[in-house]
Amino acid sequence: MSKSEKKVTSKDEDKKKSDEKAIGDAIIAAANARREELAKEALATRSNKTLPKVVKEKPKEEKPKESKPKEEKPKESKPKEEKPKAAPPSKTDTEEESLPEFEKSFVDKISSQFTGDVEVGYIKENRTRVNVKKEKILEVAQFIKDNLPFDHAESVTGVDFPEDKEIGVVYHLGSYTDPTYSKQVLALATRVPREENPNPGNDSTKLPSLRDMFYSVEFHEREVFEMLGVYFESHPDNRRLLLPEDWADLPPLRKDFRNKGR
Amino acid sequence: MLKELVTPQNANVFVGKLGDILYKAVDQPLGMAINWGRMWSLWPVHIETACCSVEFGAASSPRYDVERFGIIEAFGSLRQCDLVVVQGTITRKMAPRLRLVYDQMPEPKYVIAMGACAITGGLYFDSYNVLPGIDGILPVDVYVPGCPPRPETLIQGCMLLQEKIKRMKAR
Amino acid sequence: MAEQVIPTKKMPPGLQVENVDDRIMTLNVGPQHPGSGHMRIIVKIDGDYIVDADPDPGYVHRGEEKMAESRNYITNIPHLERPVIHDSCNILYPYVLGVEDLVGIEVPERAKYVRVIAAELNRCIYIQYWLAIYGIFLGHSTMFMWPAGDRELLIDLMEKITGARVTHAYFIPGGVRNDVPANFEDVCLRQVNYFEKRIKEYADIFYDNPILKARTEDTGVLSREDAIRLGTTGSVLRASGVDYDLRIKEPYDVYDELDVHTNVLKSGDSYARSKIPWLDMLESCNIIRQALEKMPKSGSIRTKLKPNPKGREDEVYRRVESGRGSAGCHIISRGKPEPYRLKLSVSSFRNLIALPYLLKGEKLGNMPAVYWSLNYWPVEADR
Repeated sequence: MSKSEKKVTSKDEDKKKSDEKAIGDAIIAAANARREELAKEALATRSNKTLPKVVKEKPKEEKPKESKPKEEKPKESKPKEEKPKAAPPSKTDTEEESLPEFEKSFVDKISSQFTGDVEVGYIKENRTRVNVKKEKILEVAQFIKDNLPFDHAESVTGVDFPEDKEIGVVYHLGSYTDPTYSKQVLALATRVPREENPNPGNDSTKLPSLRDMFYSVEFHEREVFEMLGVYFESHPDNRRLLLPEDWADLPPLRKDFRNKGR
Repeated sequence: MLKELVTPQNANVFVGKLGDILYKAVDQPLGMAINWGRMWSLWPVHIETACCSVEFGAASSPRYDVERFGIIEAFGSLRQCDLVVVQGTITRKMAPRLRLVYDQMPEPKYVIAMGACAITGGLYFDSYNVLPGIDGILPVDVYVPGCPPRPETLIQGCMLLQEKIKRMKAR
Repeated sequence: MAEQVIPTKKMPPGLQVENVDDRIMTLNVGPQHPGSGHMRIIVKIDGDYIVDADPDPGYVHRGEEKMAESRNYITNIPHLERPVIHDSCNILYPYVLGVEDLVGIEVPERAKYVRVIAAELNRCIYIQYWLAIYGIFLGHSTMFMWPAGDRELLIDLMEKITGARVTHAYFIPGGVRNDVPANFEDVCLRQVNYFEKRIKEYADIFYDNPILKARTEDTGVLSREDAIRLGTTGSVLRASGVDYDLRIKEPYDVYDELDVHTNVLKSGDSYARSKIPWLDMLESCNIIRQALEKMPKSGSIRTKLKPNPKGREDEVYRRVESGRGSAGCHIISRGKPEPYRLKLSVSSFRNLIALPYLLKGEKLGNMPAVYWSLNYWPVEADR
């Protein structure tokens, strides 16, 4: 009796052991498979194909609906008023003498495509600027990306204009691929309405993100969001980047935020 | 005599008194020995807070070589460190982390405030994100002025700290 | 799929794995970290492999841009060089060029050469420090000691010129602050020749070292297309095979009169990214020698400015090639002594975007090698 029992128990133990082994193997196999999957996913993100590609249609459809016809009017007038202040000395000189031809050629391409929506800020040697309406920024950026060799954004500057009740956002675009454009920096500027009591993310200070066209603006846009409160729609993570987590004051680069003692 | 004095009720007190007497007898020489040991093996924690870390790195370089003076190169593990060299500006985001680092270190621990920013805020006195000195978060032992201090100045500051440890009461 | 295979109930208590996704662990690297301070990377790992990485900069954000709005063009100089104190000439360079554009002053010829020499010396000083820390990151102590020691040679030289070890504040709008000492040409030539001889020896101990090659080769590979798309700059870009150096493409001061070569490698891995700065240093030695030869032996070194110069109503965007890559400065002026808005577009911040992208799918052990090969200096990125 006892022998048979013992045998049984030993058999059971063997069975148990083999079960455990099988379970362990299964775990290892499953884990390996999972890890391979993850590694594959991660590696796949590196190839060009899976970098987020442009989804052109959706934002375009949405924007006109959201856009406020009321605010367009002051907008058209204000940049035009502004320009003469800055431009006269340089513009009169350059127009009479010679506008740099190469720069003029590609700026003309943009302005002829979007007449009325795009206005030329300045054309200097190697530096050009176009002012675009907020609603058209996606289309213009797409046009620049497709038809001109500008392939990356160098910086995104947010500027506060409290007297105009607007916040300017300037994208500086550069080109690595085309050697003839390597000197050029195209400033793509736009303006968004500014609120007296900002509530970043939930007020009218919003702009479509250019991350789909120029991938490199991702962190720059996050910085502009926290520093000036400009919310970028369709940006994957509009989180805080540089400021402390408990920052509860105004966005610091607004002009009404003052450094202590200044 | 002793048996009468020591009853189960007051045994603890009596032993404590004896310990005190013993402690007083060996306190002076033992304390000096402990301090001597601590002085020559200061382990700074490897926390870099701003640009003074460049000169802190240079102090460990072959030319300056702080190890000559018993200050060992910056070290990763907090549990074995007894010195925090606050290398420059403390921002509002960094301040809680710095305090966390300090709290995790075992006693005894010493703090050197390196650079003008760590002492008063320095060049960034009017910045919105910079603390005006670290006095509010850490008890500072030695201030090393400069923006940034030269490695020689840092070494002098460390030697001052050693002098201070020498005169401290060992615990 | 995988979860159904595992019979969870029969497992001993310690070994139960109910969901394979539980294996993914979140790890905080920094801000107190044996490799780097100033910066936190939140990595998610599965076993040894990094699944996701999220850089969290901002520990040294000091609000330089806001501060600049309340100081005039001259008093802005000292604090604008603090982001990279060991590359202070190059980080000031775009600002100074921009202010010169705004104020409208010409720089004397000799000052331009002195600037180029100082900038190249500073580039070497920066790269030596970077290389030393790269040695620490890879656990190679000799590689900390050698560059950190040789760096002092050039620091001595800069100290002779400017009077400060690292924070020179040497460039000012209109030229440089003070002239070079009397026997500067000879001393500089001697030091630079010796320095070049020394750094050539690094190849034996560092760049041809099989262990280091094994650790850095084929880790963190950035393809050419992605390097362009991510907008990286400097050594990261040139290690991926893009020939773009602002000293050649958009020469400022007297770089167009000098024979400047750029170094491009095609592999795009950490090894290439660590080698480009070293090649840059050798190139810098060439540039310094040429500039010393061509430099006018005497002459003015500064155009005097008015006490409180006002910029005209305009905006400028100037950029230079710093030790890490393109450093840009966007100044908007409104005819006042202070800039209306000043934006530093620094290379570290631009290269940061490549970090999460490169770390995905990499082993955790390779993280330091990839992270520091991006030529990233946290203080600069945070400003």
